[in-house]
Amino acid sequence: MLEITNLTKRYGSFTAVDNVSFRVQPGEVLGFLGPNGAGKSTTMRMIAGFLSPTAGSARICGHDIEDEPLQAKRCMGYLPEGAPSYGEMTVRGFLDFIADIRQLTGTHRSERLQKVIGQLQLQAVLEQSVETLSKGFRRRVGVAQAILHDPQVLIMDEPTDGLDPNQKHEVRTLINAMAPGKIIVISTHILEEVDAVCTRAIILARGRIVVDETPQELAARAPSGRLDDVFRTVTA
Amino acid sequence: MHNVAAIFRRELKSYFATPLAYVFIVIFLLLASVLTFYMGGLYSRGQADLEPFFGFHPWLYLFLVPAVAMRLWAEERASGSIELLMTLPVTLGQAVWGKFLAAWSFIGIALSLTFPIWITVNYLGDPDNGAIFAAYLGSFLMAGGFLAIGTCMSAVTRNPVVAFILAVVLCFAFTVSGSPMVLDVFQAIAPAIADAVASLSFLSHFQSISRGVIDLRDLVYFGLLIGFWLTATGIVLDMKKAN
Repeated sequence: MLEITNLTKRYGSFTAVDNVSFRVQPGEVLGFLGPNGAGKSTTMRMIAGFLSPTAGSARICGHDIEDEPLQAKRCMGYLPEGAPSYGEMTVRGFLDFIADIRQLTGTHRSERLQKVIGQLQLQAVLEQSVETLSKGFRRRVGVAQAILHDPQVLIMDEPTDGLDPNQKHEVRTLINAMAPGKIIVISTHILEEVDAVCTRAIILARGRIVVDETPQELAARAPSGRLDDVFRTVTA
Repeated sequence: MHNVAAIFRRELKSYFATPLAYVFIVIFLLLASVLTFYMGGLYSRGQADLEPFFGFHPWLYLFLVPAVAMRLWAEERASGSIELLMTLPVTLGQAVWGKFLAAWSFIGIALSLTFPIWITVNYLGDPDNGAIFAAYLGSFLMAGGFLAIGTCMSAVTRNPVVAFILAVVLCFAFTVSGSPMVLDVFQAIAPAIADAVASLSFLSHFQSISRGVIDLRDLVYFGLLIGFWLTATGIVLDMKKAN
């Protein structure tokens, strides 16, 4: 389970994330929406343990990210915004490094590597250095890194940004395939994505949760039934 | 230990995946030789020892080690890969030590490639090889000290050039604090702390090891120095996490 309680992040007098609380159960795919600067990435960074919250807590599989960071990070996969990786490494070298750190060994290790490389169709670029890859491939390497150890909790910041429509479709299919039994949180600007993969949507505006409901309930808010209209109304 | 080793291997491989490693090694070897043979007069001294060679090391390291260190954390921050590293199940200490040890080993590789100079003096005469070994050890430890300072400066800023300049200035202070230039001033103003200032210097500890005497105090000095600056690196990185 993923439990976020009163999570707050202040920078001086500016409150980037303001008292955010929610819980995600296994099987749920939570979509994080909101305009730029609403606090989506900051919230995800605190959940992933990259930033310390000013107040509040995040518990991943029962482990508080500040008190037991290693246990929490072990059961979580995280794709940071922009899918950063080590540019000079080859894709194979990079995934090997992640497998080392995730302590995957023996046949399990080679099975996982093979599976993930297949799922994200990285076979053709395995020996290329990451910096020579297109934006779409880099993003897929980032997703591969996040799911390599088959984590119980998966946090992805804009997993489909920079992908072409076919690649977007593939990543969404992948998320749908992984969803049963897992906790997945993705942030996105693309509202159709919420319909395609999410079982629940949270809209953030100015660091606060303004909406937390299913995509169907969300669409029902606007007379037109269009998510864009709802989004504009609630974040205005 | 497992994580330190994994980060160590990744880092060391990265050095040799870019031209950086080769450029550094070539420049290090060129400068070391030029300084030794022309400015140090290795041949004209008529003595079979490596004093002119090791004598230039502090000054060589003053610029070259911060150049290696400047990218350690600054680049990680600039490219955003720090967010990946810090959200993997590794502790801050493991990451700091893994990266430091890789950079230190890299400098060790460059240092060990100066072995032709050692062969030269053995061919020409009969040097005290025990003393030469001690001097190599001292030089390597001193490089570790410079590197630890540079690592910390690299964590302070995301700009590698600023990290480089800060590291050079600090390393310079740690080097010259044992020279007469500084000590005379302290002798005149505050003789009580002149000894303390001198004992902080890389130079005095390096010189005492390179005379061939491996004193526990010098080893402890470098050990503490590296430990102190790497701990400071961890604290700086942890503070940035809260910001």
